[in-house]
Amino acid sequence: MPIKSYLAYPQDGKKDVLISELLNISYCDVIPSENEDLIIVVTETENQKQDDTLKATIEGLDSLKLLAMVSGFNTPKN
Amino acid sequence: MHDTLLNRRNFIKKMAIMSAMTAAATMFPGIIFADEQEKNLPEGGDLEWKKGPCRFCGVGCGVLIGVDKGKAVAVKGDPNSSVNKGLLCVKGYHQIMCIQAEDRLTHALVKKNGKYVQTPLNEALDIVANKMKETMDKHGKDAVAMYTSGQSTIPEGYVASKLMKGAIGTNNLDCNARLCMASAVTGFLTTFGADEPMGCYEDIDHADYFITWGNNMAEMHPVLFSRMLEEKNRRGAKIIDFATRTTRSSMASDRSILFEPQTDLAVANAICYEIINNGWVNKAFVENHVNFSKGLTNMGYGLEDNYAFTDKPTKIDFEDYKAFLEDYTPEKVAKYSKVSVKDIKFLAHVYGDPNTKVVSYWCMGMNQHTRGTWINNLVYNIHLLTGKISQPGNGPFSLTGQPSACGTAREVGTFTHKLPHGVVTNAKDRALAAKIWKVPVERIPSKPTYHATEMFRAVDRGDIKFIWTQATNPLVSLPKTSRYRPGMEKESCFVVVSDVFPTPTSDVADVILPASWHIEKSGLYGNSERRTQHWDKMVDGPGETTPDAWMFIEVAKRMGYGDLFPYSRENHVEEIFNEYRQFHEGAKHGMAPLEVLKRESGVIWPYVDGKSTQWRFNSKYDPACDPKKDFDFYGKPDGRAVIWQRPYEPAPEVPDSEYPFWLNTGRVIEHWHTGSMTRRIPVLHKAMPHAYVELHPDDAARLGIVNGEKLKVTSRRGSCVLPASINERGLPTKGQVFVPFFDENMLINDVTLDAFCPISKEPDYKKCAVKVEKA
Repeated sequence: MPIKSYLAYPQDGKKDVLISELLNISYCDVIPSENEDLIIVVTETENQKQDDTLKATIEGLDSLKLLAMVSGFNTPKN
Repeated sequence: MHDTLLNRRNFIKKMAIMSAMTAAATMFPGIIFADEQEKNLPEGGDLEWKKGPCRFCGVGCGVLIGVDKGKAVAVKGDPNSSVNKGLLCVKGYHQIMCIQAEDRLTHALVKKNGKYVQTPLNEALDIVANKMKETMDKHGKDAVAMYTSGQSTIPEGYVASKLMKGAIGTNNLDCNARLCMASAVTGFLTTFGADEPMGCYEDIDHADYFITWGNNMAEMHPVLFSRMLEEKNRRGAKIIDFATRTTRSSMASDRSILFEPQTDLAVANAICYEIINNGWVNKAFVENHVNFSKGLTNMGYGLEDNYAFTDKPTKIDFEDYKAFLEDYTPEKVAKYSKVSVKDIKFLAHVYGDPNTKVVSYWCMGMNQHTRGTWINNLVYNIHLLTGKISQPGNGPFSLTGQPSACGTAREVGTFTHKLPHGVVTNAKDRALAAKIWKVPVERIPSKPTYHATEMFRAVDRGDIKFIWTQATNPLVSLPKTSRYRPGMEKESCFVVVSDVFPTPTSDVADVILPASWHIEKSGLYGNSERRTQHWDKMVDGPGETTPDAWMFIEVAKRMGYGDLFPYSRENHVEEIFNEYRQFHEGAKHGMAPLEVLKRESGVIWPYVDGKSTQWRFNSKYDPACDPKKDFDFYGKPDGRAVIWQRPYEPAPEVPDSEYPFWLNTGRVIEHWHTGSMTRRIPVLHKAMPHAYVELHPDDAARLGIVNGEKLKVTSRRGSCVLPASINERGLPTKGQVFVPFFDENMLINDVTLDAFCPISKEPDYKKCAVKVEKA
């Protein structure tokens, strides 16, 4: 059950678009910075396959310039 | 089971968020995530936001502390503070998390038969007062000493000074600000005759160039650096990083120029040579507002006990000074500074161009220097030659490390030579202090005694038999702790430590007093830009924790000085400040009244006719100036600042065949000084759990060292084992290693040298010779 956090850098002028697109993705918490073009993204998925799919979805967003992982944890299922 | 798992997942998720926020903060100093902070607030809570200054560095950011049901639950930047405009760094953002640390000192502890025994505070204060008095009776008043802090509040520093100098009658009072900005003080006094920067942070909004001298502002003053970056992005202001090591500041700068340790002295002179040689001198300014002087040279380095030095200034003229600079042509200096001729000329051009506004910033790199006073003088020389001073966006600006190094250590004067106004050697200053303190003037000694390093040498020698430290951790922060730790452990000295958390210093104490933390008491701090900031007590502290000022007062009363300390427990901060304010009355240092300080997010002094003076010594802004002059350096009797002829002299210890590396020490963004607070904040501790030794990759490859490998760093004084760090946080030059000093488990100050600037007595933590071996 992976939990990961990322720093997401939007394309120039696309911060609001990126926030809105990220908010529409499941298993994904979005914490935008108030004063910089940077968004913290926290993902919480059921398994590695879902995690990989989610990451690919985020990386496919046109408004995203760069996604940099900061931390990754795996918790037991029970 | 489910709840446990859920809690664990929530915790992990929280950690993931915190890790990301920490990473973001190191890349974007001052970044804020207010939404996330709001989410953590208690639901339905009746939250009250209370203003105050941040507990940590000398920038003095305004904070708002969210208090719910008597507990501090949130922190955010104060949008009304012109210092930080709502921004905070990663330390400021998490500061309140340390209050509830499990090992918080909540009660007095007295060592009995080798073990600490919890003792009622009143009883512990009886022991302290009796021991202090007994020591004075037996060995004289100069056998007792107090060592305070740039983290002490203004009232705490004031009461400490009054107790030691006014009541007891000894100048055995010094503070940890001696370790961080004493050279800035002597630099200001020798050049301008008045301490503290002439400008303010608003300079950032006006300058075209920021030149940082040995100053990693991205990590040490992140909110100010963030403001500089904003100006860089907004209007193309340029940041030039002049340093001995590549840091995050270098990486964010427009240009990074590296120099060989200690040769900043020569480069500064070379810049002045170029300014004169190219005709960039502001002749009218120099003719009207500047004198030229030289002082003694080959002063030594203070390495021996009881070292003494007094400078003897001699007046010279411009032609003498010009001739002196012939030794500092860019071509000559480039040979040993490792700064190219092109870069020296570039720096000179930036300063010399009459159409650019330049602010120079520095902190420990210039101050912790065996010629710290000189290098401060030399940077002032550059600004005086070009007349780029005391105007919006033009000026030299010495930053401080601690939240009240200016307000308490420098303005109240918790140094051996200082009084709340002026110095002990000046009869008029002693008379003023005696009048306000209501003590006989002859009780205040006219000679300074021990500066910080010499104070701990005196403890080691057995000359000081009682020492009381407050809000400071000298057995981690002093240089050459390999000598001073065993010194403090000796039976010959009774040690009292007042602090919030246990530290390696409290480990050697005979009595430990439980101090209130910042927001558990009312107080005032003074930051780097002469801004005095007041806050009211926000929450109750645990157990018998008590404000340091009140513990001083209680001990003073027990020693028979009660009539000099007629303050009430409830209002002592207000009563003390109103008494202290009398010392600074007038246009040159007038302080805002308390009712104004309570209302505003800090007020810059001099405060004259209801207005702050943002740029001193400039008649346009400073009512203390002679109105007939455009500039008036009124700290000097003739109103003229001094350009000092100061040569390059080498460091006392340089790398050789046995100890081939320079050792440079410093700080990291996550930790505040010796880490006693920030290492108790989980997110900061996890982000930077231990110290390390940075090497240049070529040196590492040559020695076959890989990242993380345990290395032993050894000097002639001691050694320290740390993991290697290659191409991580910072990048030292070849032949240099860097170690942060926050980690009490990896005491790099066992290795450092206790050489100091002979004028300021500030130690040099940036240069000594070491060898590096696999552990």
